[in-house]
Amino acid sequence: MSFFKKVFGNEKKSAQSAKERLQLVLTHDRTDITPAQLEALKDELIEVISRHISINPEAVNIDIAREGREQRLVADIPIKVAPRRGR
Amino acid sequence: MSAKIVTITSGKGGVGKTTAIASLGIALASLGQKVVCIDGDIGLRNLDVIMGLENRIVYDIVDVVEGRCRLRQAMIRDKRVPGLFLIPAAQTRDKNALSPSDMMRLGDELRAEVDWVLIDSPAGIERGFKNSIAAADRILVLTNPEISAVRDADRVIGILEAEEKGSPDLIVNRVNYEMVQKGEMLSTEDILDLLAIDLIGVVPEDKSVLVAANQGTPVSLNKDSRAGQAFRNIAMRLTGENVPFMDLEEKGGFWNKLSKLAGGN
Repeated sequence: MSFFKKVFGNEKKSAQSAKERLQLVLTHDRTDITPAQLEALKDELIEVISRHISINPEAVNIDIAREGREQRLVADIPIKVAPRRGR
Repeated sequence: MSAKIVTITSGKGGVGKTTAIASLGIALASLGQKVVCIDGDIGLRNLDVIMGLENRIVYDIVDVVEGRCRLRQAMIRDKRVPGLFLIPAAQTRDKNALSPSDMMRLGDELRAEVDWVLIDSPAGIERGFKNSIAAADRILVLTNPEISAVRDADRVIGILEAEEKGSPDLIVNRVNYEMVQKGEMLSTEDILDLLAIDLIGVVPEDKSVLVAANQGTPVSLNKDSRAGQAFRNIAMRLTGENVPFMDLEEKGGFWNKLSKLAGGN
């Protein structure tokens, strides 16, 4: 750790790293879902939803959220604004 | 009598389960309760040395289950505190010498004899752990502010939930206040946020724990030990008393002793 980082406290404290690493590890331990599986699920979801609704694949976000001891699959899928049809 | 059966488990080894069982046993017995501590670590027994009763073992838990002695004969009386007993583990057998149903039967027999049965679970999540939780009414998960210990605690909590054992309570052991203040150790709040179960005790890191183990005098017998005080507090919480959590910042100086006398923690 450099002197300046030490003095100005820019370095992330190790307890904070431990907590962040644990948050990820515990989510995967609890659900048994790997990041790769999540990515595959996301691709398939995009494919299915795109058949029905126009979405922007780049903006889709799928994540596992923790709520106490419960895990929740959260999908955030912004819908493309449909061009208004004239009557 | 109808004893409450309490198991302490952790997943990871070496976090302080045996120290906790010995200390809680002494503390509960000091409150006038009748207590049996059971060493559930067949093949790797240690509760006997931590309690300082290793020279008095004649029969062990496997002898009871296999009918070589009566239950009372395997209960070693701790002469320091009235009403405290140890049932040691067998040293020359393995975890398969007992089954969960053996533990249920033993638990039922002990319920009639005492107020508390405290079971020291072995590390791991295999047979020995399953045996240790089989008869439990209440389970305490013990962890340290270490990344590996917290991860293993989470795994154990998940298994207990899956087995419908109810939500366990958490003991955080070996908290170093200075390191937490510097941001170099997970705080109790961090651990509670991660594990999301109820807290029943926080035990500060304390050199007197090793000294107590060296001497075979559980740390809760030491009135000056802060870890000892933390375990005595947990024992009172187990009996249903509402004891505030210790201020870990506190040092054992003159003013603190004075404030303790004045009714602090």
